[in-house]
Amino acid sequence: MNPKLFSDGLLGRGAASLNPGLLIAVVIVFVVLTFASPYFLTVNNLLNVAKALVVVGIAAVGETIVIIAGGFDLSIGSTMAAAGMLAAYLVDSGAGIAVAFTCAILLGIAIGATNGTIISYFKINPLITTLAMLAIIRGLAFVISDGREIVITNQAWLSLGTGRFAGIPFIVLVLIAIYLAFAVLMPRTTFGRYVYAIGSNARAARLAGISTNRWRLLIYIICGATAAIAGLMLAARTGNARPAAAMGFELDVITAVILGGASLKGGRGAILGTAVGLILLFMINNGLTLAQVPSFWQQVVKGAILLAAVLYDEMRRGRTDDT
Amino acid sequence: MSSDSTNGPGTTSGARTPLIELSGITKKFGAYAALDDVNLTIHEAEAVGIIGDNGAGKSTLVKVLSGVYPPSGGTIRFRNKDVRFGSPLDARRNGIEMIYQDLALCEDLNVAQNIFLGREIKRNVGPFRFLDRAAMAKAAAKDISELGLTFDVNREVGMLSGGERQMVAVARALQFDPAALLMDEPTAALSAEKIRKLLELVTELKSRGVSILLVSHRFTDILHICDRIVVIRGGRVAGEMMPHDHPPAQTMAMMTEMMTGDTIDDPSGDDGRSARP
Repeated sequence: MNPKLFSDGLLGRGAASLNPGLLIAVVIVFVVLTFASPYFLTVNNLLNVAKALVVVGIAAVGETIVIIAGGFDLSIGSTMAAAGMLAAYLVDSGAGIAVAFTCAILLGIAIGATNGTIISYFKINPLITTLAMLAIIRGLAFVISDGREIVITNQAWLSLGTGRFAGIPFIVLVLIAIYLAFAVLMPRTTFGRYVYAIGSNARAARLAGISTNRWRLLIYIICGATAAIAGLMLAARTGNARPAAAMGFELDVITAVILGGASLKGGRGAILGTAVGLILLFMINNGLTLAQVPSFWQQVVKGAILLAAVLYDEMRRGRTDDT
Repeated sequence: MSSDSTNGPGTTSGARTPLIELSGITKKFGAYAALDDVNLTIHEAEAVGIIGDNGAGKSTLVKVLSGVYPPSGGTIRFRNKDVRFGSPLDARRNGIEMIYQDLALCEDLNVAQNIFLGREIKRNVGPFRFLDRAAMAKAAAKDISELGLTFDVNREVGMLSGGERQMVAVARALQFDPAALLMDEPTAALSAEKIRKLLELVTELKSRGVSILLVSHRFTDILHICDRIVVIRGGRVAGEMMPHDHPPAQTMAMMTEMMTGDTIDDPSGDDGRSARP
C-alpha cells in the first residue's frame, strides 16, 4: 500500500487525512463478516445497515466539526428528541411539514447557539455545558409532552424513512448529501480552515485575527442543526416522536467520530473519516446482531471500541508531540 | 518621558521619519500597571532593541503595539496618524507584524496554511468563494525558498524542527510586506547557528526598510543588530542608548545600570571606571 496515497492524495492531507489503518480495519471486518454470515452480504441487510447508520451519521457531522475545533457536544441525543417532538407536535396541530421541519431545525440552532454562547463567551467547559444541556432539554421534552409519544401520520414525513429513489432510501440520500457538502466545505473554505486552526491552537488562531468566539458559536449552531435533522430522520424511521428517543445516541456518534480519526485534543479529523468510522462501527454492530450477541454485550463492545480509539489517538498524538 | 528626549549626546535620530510613536502608553491589569506612561518612537528602517528584567513590561509593550492588548491610556500614532489597535488584525492591516515568543503556530496545519492563516487567498467558483490552495502553496514555497530553506510547505508544522518553525513564523510575518516587525524573544529556542541566520535576516530586513522592534534577554543579539536600545524597568522607559556610539563593554555596563538602577563599572575603562570581573 502506498502511504503517499493516504498522506498526500485523494484521501486528504495532513490533519484531515484518513488513517490507512481504519480502511484496513473496514476491509478486514467486511471480509470476516462476509464469510461468517450468509446474511451479511445481502442487499436487504446492507440497506438496513445503511438506514440504521443514517441517524447517527447525520448527527456525527456536527459532532465531527465540534471535536475538530477542540470542543465536545453531549447534548445531541436530547436535541434529536426535542426536534422530533416539536415537529411532530406542530404537524399534529395542523402545521405543514415544511414549517414543522423549519421550526425543529431552528430549535436545534437555538440549543446549539446556547451551548456555543456559554462555551465561547463564558468560557465554561464544553463537557459540563453540554451535559447540563443534555439534562435540561431531555427534561423539558418530558415535561412538555408529559412523557407521551406522538405517532406520526404525515405521509410525506414517513416517506423519508420508507421511500426510495433509484433503489436508495431517501434518508440515505439525505445523509450522502450532507456528507458531500461538508466534505467539500471543510478543506476548501475559510470555515473549514478556521475549524482546524481553532482546534489546533485557539490562541494562535485568535492572534491571526480569527474571531474564535464567533466561529465556535457557529460550530455549535451547526452541531445543533445537524442533531435536529437527525432527530427528524429518526422519527421518520420509527414512525413516532418520543421524549426518550435517541437516548444514549451520543455514545454511537462520538465513537464513530473518534474512530474516524478526529482527535479529542482538536485540530485533527475529517468528515470522510467519520463516514468510514460509521461504516466500521455499524458493520461491527451488524455482525454482533447476526451472531445473536445480546444487546447488552453490544454496548460493552461499543464502549471498548471507543476506549481503544481514544487510546490509539492518545498514543499517536503522544508520539507526534514528542518529535 | 519621551524616549527621543532622553537621548544623550550623539544619540539623536531626529532626521529620520517616525513610523510608530507611542505617547503616554499605560497598560493596567487590575490595579497593577504593567506599562506606565511609556513614550517611544520607532523610525522607518530602524532596529530598536528592548531589554529589561523579567516582569519589566517588555512583552506587554510589544503586545500593545501588536494589538493583543488594548492600551489603558495614551496614544499610538502610525505614519503620523492616530491609530487604535483593537486586535492583532488591526495592527497587521497597518503593516505591523509580530513574531511571538511561542511562535503562535497551529501544529496541525501545514506550513502554507499557517503562513496564510487569517488572510487566505480565495477564488470564486460560481457564487461560492473557495480557498485558492494552489496559489497559497505556491506563494508559501516562494517565501520559504527566499529564506534560503527547502522544506515542503505541505508538511504539518508539528513535524518541523524548532528552527524550521521559527522560519515559518518569520515567513508568515514577511508575507505581507510589513512596515514594522516586532519580535518577542525570537532566539530563545534556537541553536547558535540558527540565531546567527536569524540575526542576519533581521539585518537584511532593516536594509530593505523594515523597522524592527526586538525584545530579547540576550544582550549580544541586541548589540549585534540594533541601532538603538531602550531599557524598560518597572513598566517605564528607564533610558536608551545608541550601541554603536560606545564600545560593547561600556554599552553592556550602561544597559545593566539602567536595568537595575545600580552603578556598574565599565570594564573597558573608557569612562575612567575599572572593570568588574
